[in-house]
Amino acid sequence: MKKLALDDITLLSIDKSVRYIGNEVNSVMKDKNRVDIRFCMCFPDVYEIGMSHLGIQILYDMFNRREDTWCERVYSPWTDLDRVLREKHIPLFALESQDPVKDFDFLGITIQYEMCYTNILQILDLSQIPLMARERTWEHPIVIGGGPCTYNPEPLADFFDLFYIGEGETRYDELLELYKRMRKEGADRKVFLRAASHVPGIYVPSLYEPVYREDGTILKIRRAGADVPATVQKEMVSDLTGACYPKKPIVPYLKVTQDRVVLEIMRGCIRGCRFCQAGMIYRPTRERDVAMLKQAAVTMLKSTGHEEISLSSLSSSDYTQLKELVSFLIEEFHGKGINISLPSLRIDAFSLDVMSKVQDVRKSSLTFAPEAGSQRMRNVINKGLTEEDILEGAAKAFQGGWNKVKLYFMLGLPGETTEDIQEIMHLSDRIARRYYDEVPKEKRSGKCQITASTSFFVPKPFTPFQWAPMNTAKEFLDKARIVNQTMKEELNRKSLRYNWHDADLTMLEGVFSRGDRRLCAVLLDAYRHGCMFDSWTEYFHYDTWLASFERCGLSMDFYTSRERSLDEVFPWDFISCGVSKEFLKREWEKAKRGEITENCRRSCSGCGAAVYQEGVCIEGRRAR
Amino acid sequence: MKIRIRFSKYGVLKFIGHLDVMRYFQKALRRADIDILYSSGYSPHQIMSFASPLGVGLTSEGEYMDIEVGHTDSSKESIRRLNAVMAEGIDVLSYRELPEKSQNAMSSVAAADYTVSFREGMGPALLSADTAGPHPDTDWQNKLLDFYNQPSVFITKKTKKSEREVDLKPHIHELSFPSDDTVFMRLTAGSAENIKPELVMEAFFSSIGQEMKPHALLIHRKDLLANTGTEEQPVYRSLDDFGEDI
Repeated sequence: MKKLALDDITLLSIDKSVRYIGNEVNSVMKDKNRVDIRFCMCFPDVYEIGMSHLGIQILYDMFNRREDTWCERVYSPWTDLDRVLREKHIPLFALESQDPVKDFDFLGITIQYEMCYTNILQILDLSQIPLMARERTWEHPIVIGGGPCTYNPEPLADFFDLFYIGEGETRYDELLELYKRMRKEGADRKVFLRAASHVPGIYVPSLYEPVYREDGTILKIRRAGADVPATVQKEMVSDLTGACYPKKPIVPYLKVTQDRVVLEIMRGCIRGCRFCQAGMIYRPTRERDVAMLKQAAVTMLKSTGHEEISLSSLSSSDYTQLKELVSFLIEEFHGKGINISLPSLRIDAFSLDVMSKVQDVRKSSLTFAPEAGSQRMRNVINKGLTEEDILEGAAKAFQGGWNKVKLYFMLGLPGETTEDIQEIMHLSDRIARRYYDEVPKEKRSGKCQITASTSFFVPKPFTPFQWAPMNTAKEFLDKARIVNQTMKEELNRKSLRYNWHDADLTMLEGVFSRGDRRLCAVLLDAYRHGCMFDSWTEYFHYDTWLASFERCGLSMDFYTSRERSLDEVFPWDFISCGVSKEFLKREWEKAKRGEITENCRRSCSGCGAAVYQEGVCIEGRRAR
Repeated sequence: MKIRIRFSKYGVLKFIGHLDVMRYFQKALRRADIDILYSSGYSPHQIMSFASPLGVGLTSEGEYMDIEVGHTDSSKESIRRLNAVMAEGIDVLSYRELPEKSQNAMSSVAAADYTVSFREGMGPALLSADTAGPHPDTDWQNKLLDFYNQPSVFITKKTKKSEREVDLKPHIHELSFPSDDTVFMRLTAGSAENIKPELVMEAFFSSIGQEMKPHALLIHRKDLLANTGTEEQPVYRSLDDFGEDI
């Protein structure tokens, strides 16, 4: 019978001990004596969130297809178990074997959002792995990071041996073979890291050293030698249909955030919204073949027993074979106890028709993401959604029986005026008006409910807004107050709701998003002073963070509210994601002029991603 | 067609709570291609009901759920298919057809059989005459029998909402020692009154002037039973006995 790292009494004394026992259906057990490489995959947040991440399921499946490798998982222990592990000096363990993570060959950490950075330190610390990469020996695993945040890995540079830049499906085999060979040869750890830097997509932070100007910006980045690549080119899957995709995803016992089969239909996005990092770093847009997806849907539902299937992509409406796929799913599964969930669909006649088939219209709400209230601002951010689209979509939905609408906006976008901000509520009000205009009194089921939510805009690397100053916390909150005040003055104020949140966490996100290597010291200091689970309101201690910045002699404003000059060297400039800095500059200039850029399918804007010769970049040529 | 499924819970899956066991079976039944029926409506759910939630940390060989199916294979084949998709820690033990008009598992539960033992070093310690300090009493079984043979055992039963006085005595239907370190208990169970073995053992500890440490007991549920007799003259039968093999 399976052994556990924790004793019964410990497991009975902590909350949701199921997080720590593994043994889930479709999790993989192997004989540790019959594999060469033990890889521990980590999502540095609590189990229910980490288990909902598709990327880990893909890589878990990919690694475990290798006979010589056993891939296991670990997530952040919640604060109750954290205390126990520290008190009793129990090393953090992987779920499958329950063996200490420190005994593995690799610890792979997916880095999805900035506010999990302290949790990464918690994972290393509880695993009894030295936090600083330079202090590690062959006694410790190679700690490798991946995921969207690694497009600016610098604030984490001191803690990682390697970063994998780009999509994980392509280069791990090469890296693992290199590791196996060099361990057999008895190579020094440093020699291995150096060799790993020659694998495309692999960034070895210890081989690079930023040199700063007096004003704190970067003068240049010094490399450890001519063989160390000056540019790390992101890795990208060229044949998405042929790439590995899990047929038997792990089925958790706990109700996790994403408790369903996830079908990734497409990677990348043709839209080119100027605030959106994903829309840039995953270029070019590539689709999975519909026949493969149909088969995957059937196989995965059968192997998991899940009662829901969801499509995943940045903009599902742009998937060219969407109608065929959705009709198939409805025909095959609807009415058989399987829910079909279709997020990120543009609201139009087709999507409304589909949604009316798969969900209860009276209970569900419709979601729009205009991102900005005024058309002027939507042009600035290149959000190709017009007011007419929104009002027409809402009108059709109201006629179809919906009366709840959710709207997502951002505050603090570059060049935003008071009028732009007020337009958020004016637009919400106009949507409410459409309801009262479209739906005759006798057919209404009460008032309509228009809920506007705003988030605060954080400029991200590899977007046209990477040069933009971010608002201060005070500016953010003042803007939220303007929206709230405007709502109270609207005609249909009783049908309107407004949600916003605190700005402190956003400020920190802004710092780390475009931060540099000096922030490693702040992270370490904040962690030493108890910061952890920052994205959980009850554990977020802004004052502690402020004190850490003070102690480290760094200013948050330097990273957030400063406007960067066009010729500034960014900490992430050594990475190439295909999209060129020249293109991003052009887009930044166009944004300032309020000019839009067509989506990739309408016309190529020469962003640079065509170097990959894949997906939407060669669609036209393929057709000919 | 109504089906009663008996299953066990052991090993690491003893840490899974009741709601998660339900979710587990919802998915497992689909993986095993059991033709379970769904309720109608926009979000149909499987027609399924469980006999009695098992606390986290307890093991069992007598858990039950009733389901409704359209058609079914034989008991043997259905058990095989279900066990092929189980995780280690839950085994399907029986799969039997219930008569159409039978009471569902939840409402028919009247009693439960448990075996109880102590985790190492967590049994009762008694002050004996010839030593100054406490030591494990080898004769704690006699003390427990003394406790059991009292005419009444009043305790305060605390729930989230209230506190009330309960006489445990009529709810302990049997108490015996199948082996040196194990207690067997048949206790009242069900939705009207549910007596847990911890409650009995806590009362025993306090009757000898001691406090039981948290998680001191290893509890195993042997079976769930219905009462086919009367309240005065109960006749207990395993829930498993109400179905027929297919």
